[in-house]
Amino acid sequence: MTEDPSADGWHYVIAHMDYREIVDYINRNFNELYSPDTREEPAAVLRVSPKDWTELAYFLRDDENLVFDSMMCITGIDYGIEDENLGVAYNLHSMTHHHKLEVRIDVPKSKPMIPSVEKIWRMADWFEREIYDMYGITFEGHRDHRRILLPEDWVGFPLRKDYEFPETWHGIVVPKIKEEWE
Amino acid sequence: MGIETSTLDRSAIHGEEMVLNIGPQHPSTHGVLRLQVLTDGEIVTKITPYIGYLHRCFEKHCENVTYEQVIPYTDRCDYVASMNNNFGYAVAMEELMGIEVPEKVHHIRVIVAELNRIASHHLAIGTFGLDVGAFTPFLYCFRDRERILDLFELLCGARLLYNYIWVGGVSHDFPIGFVEKVYEFLDYFEPKIQEYNDLLTFNKIFIERTADVGVLPADVAISYGVSGPNLRGSGVKWDLRKNEPYSIYNKFEFDIPIGTGAMGTVGDCWDRYYVRIRELEESVKITRQALDQMPREGDVHAALPKKIRPPKGHVYSRTETPRGDLGFYIISDGKPKPFRLKLRSPAFTALSCIDEIARGWMIADVIAILGSLDIVLGEIDR
Amino acid sequence: MELLLQKFSEVSFLSGIPSALLFVFAATLIAVSLFMFVAVNAIVAVYAERKISAFMQDRLGPMGQGVGLHAGKWGLLQTVADAIKLLIKEDIIPSLADRKLFILAPFILFIGAFIVFVGIPFNQHILVADFNIGVFYIIAMSSIGVIGIILAGYGSNNKWALYGAMRSAAQIISYEIPLALSLLTVIMLVGSLKMQDIIIAQHGLIWGILPNWFIFNNPFTFIAFFIFFISGVAEVNRTPFDLPEAESELVAGFHTEYSGMRWAFFFLAEYANMFIVAAMSAILFLGGWQSPIPGYMDSPAWGLFWFMGKAIFLIFVMMWFRWTFPRLRTDQLMQMCWKYFLPISFINILGVGLWDLWLN
Repeated sequence: MTEDPSADGWHYVIAHMDYREIVDYINRNFNELYSPDTREEPAAVLRVSPKDWTELAYFLRDDENLVFDSMMCITGIDYGIEDENLGVAYNLHSMTHHHKLEVRIDVPKSKPMIPSVEKIWRMADWFEREIYDMYGITFEGHRDHRRILLPEDWVGFPLRKDYEFPETWHGIVVPKIKEEWE
Repeated sequence: MGIETSTLDRSAIHGEEMVLNIGPQHPSTHGVLRLQVLTDGEIVTKITPYIGYLHRCFEKHCENVTYEQVIPYTDRCDYVASMNNNFGYAVAMEELMGIEVPEKVHHIRVIVAELNRIASHHLAIGTFGLDVGAFTPFLYCFRDRERILDLFELLCGARLLYNYIWVGGVSHDFPIGFVEKVYEFLDYFEPKIQEYNDLLTFNKIFIERTADVGVLPADVAISYGVSGPNLRGSGVKWDLRKNEPYSIYNKFEFDIPIGTGAMGTVGDCWDRYYVRIRELEESVKITRQALDQMPREGDVHAALPKKIRPPKGHVYSRTETPRGDLGFYIISDGKPKPFRLKLRSPAFTALSCIDEIARGWMIADVIAILGSLDIVLGEIDR
Repeated sequence: MELLLQKFSEVSFLSGIPSALLFVFAATLIAVSLFMFVAVNAIVAVYAERKISAFMQDRLGPMGQGVGLHAGKWGLLQTVADAIKLLIKEDIIPSLADRKLFILAPFILFIGAFIVFVGIPFNQHILVADFNIGVFYIIAMSSIGVIGIILAGYGSNNKWALYGAMRSAAQIISYEIPLALSLLTVIMLVGSLKMQDIIIAQHGLIWGILPNWFIFNNPFTFIAFFIFFISGVAEVNRTPFDLPEAESELVAGFHTEYSGMRWAFFFLAEYANMFIVAAMSAILFLGGWQSPIPGYMDSPAWGLFWFMGKAIFLIFVMMWFRWTFPRLRTDQLMQMCWKYFLPISFINILGVGLWDLWLN
């Protein structure tokens, strides 16, 4: 932040917390459950296990010192063919206090299940559908859980690193792309 | 002549419901979008958007090309505001790699981004007018948009997909005489805003059609992640150019117009539309300042190796495009190709709230609301 | 018609032919010339619409340049080219459409517009038939068109077309009422339904300066003119009342599935209807073929000029509307008709009655 927005007559109050403060604050409320990421900002993320996620999500949104009312982005990640995990990154932002947090949830590829936050941040509705579409991560409790960008009868999850392109789709031959075209 | 459709006693007039497909081929879906609409007579009771008709595997492509080669793909996401998409990607990459670009590059970027914002808002205003049945403002907007496209053609040879802003700089410097031409355009353009107002903004029928229609309350907008002019139309003073200034936006004086409910309720279609009209003025202001302050001499590239290899790590960076917050989530594994590149598109979130705000209105209103959200399907489907 | 038959009987070489045959011949001649008029009217109006819209939108419209196949100087041949294209286009009937109704619909719509021309006086003499129920005939016949629109919407088996047809039916039937009511004010003043009587009644000056047209006759007819004209614009489905074919909502409304010649008939009917509305407004409120300066320039040739001039000006106003206004919504359209136009029309009738009773 190079400029103090409050000087310009903004309606929100800056109760800005940085990553370390946010993690400490959450830990105070959750019995030191989370260990802060050792890396530097802005790469710092809060690693959460799927079973804690719903409770934490409500806390993040509703606690008056955090008020993460805005979900900026939800990203699905495949850590690679060798890695046995898939990940989901939630980028949160507080319109009230103007601070940010990234929450990362890793789930095994064998059982990719994460509780849905679609009821908490309505924006997650389509983003979770997209991640399901591309990575096959199931979001439990999502009220409209189906593919979004791809046709409903598509086989496989294209953004996984081990995805094999289909030869045909409904009888249409998919042209082979050349490797390493530059 | 306000409408009371939402408060109508439905039980008295309830008939059989009919499923109506608005799209994929329909004049007012701004691309290839299908809205499956459940209608009771003229009144819409449920909207299910089906997207993906324009899906071009943007994110998968990005994992298979080098970092520089991503830029033409970002052009094709929001093809109405390509400069802003290039800009967003460049800002994200520079944040990931920790590059400091020369002062002149910042100015050039701001100038072209704001010009493109004007062009994009032209399209939004014009097609919104078209959606409510006014044909002439559409062509007026295109007449003026054409001049910006001519400027861009002079600048980089392309009229729509520019591939101009690169990581660490821009593809080339302003051609000779370009700055004067931009000044000329701004002088020409500023009085034209009044023309749009006379023709469309304060037209009685237009106000009847858009005021109080499709109200998007601020808390709903935030929860849905709606951003940009749509969010500002709901009365939230939020603009990344002011609130999280990237590039050199903190150097310029400009206002953030917000919806005030001047013709109806805060957050109605008219407010969203009028925010765009007022943003035209603000963009003109920013462009003028950037032109005045721009250093005339200097390099337009930061010193970069030919092949970009960002350090291991990840970044989430967002910029303000004409449609709202454009986010890039980039994970680098130290190789010349992105490990993961996610584009958070503002139109994607804007469209997701259509069922919430357009339910209970008439078919004609659904078209108007869709128009007021200003979606670009290239960006939604990626 | 009678005039034509009389002329025929005067010509010597036709005297041997039985009068029934002559009647058929005369009727055919009139029908063909009216059809020609409607077609030429449509071609000219389409060209005018293209050019007027172009000038209103800061562009040139159809233009021809260079050598070879092009649209002629200033694009004059553009509509001719369009007409040829429409004529030779493939005739597509959707497989699931109701074939009979689908084919029938454009003809009914066109006939509805076409037979109205029988009752329109172009000047003192050019009038096919001066019925004693002239105005009534025109109002009755012009509502036949709506049946064509409903058939088109229903027969196409297309949801958009159905929506267009439903909107159109509601709209045309609603606007018929203020239209007829504002027309009643004129009939009350004239005391006759005959078209020529209505025009002749508008002869002379009022207060020594204004022509004695019904629009200037009293404040109530002044309002009635605008109600009549706006309702007329709504009747012919032009912007801002073009809901039945609202291209941004209903794709093309009731004629979504039509193409080629069948579509051209819809188009022809639309422009014929525009002319009818303009002509009726001119006849009822603007003195028809009467010269604006009574006693001057009122020969039959000038009469044709004045009549066409007034009608063309009103058609221009309709085009002006179209390229300026956004479209209303169905409920707003209905609201305008039932909540505003209808009560005002009733007050008008009352007002005209009292005015006539006390002042004249």
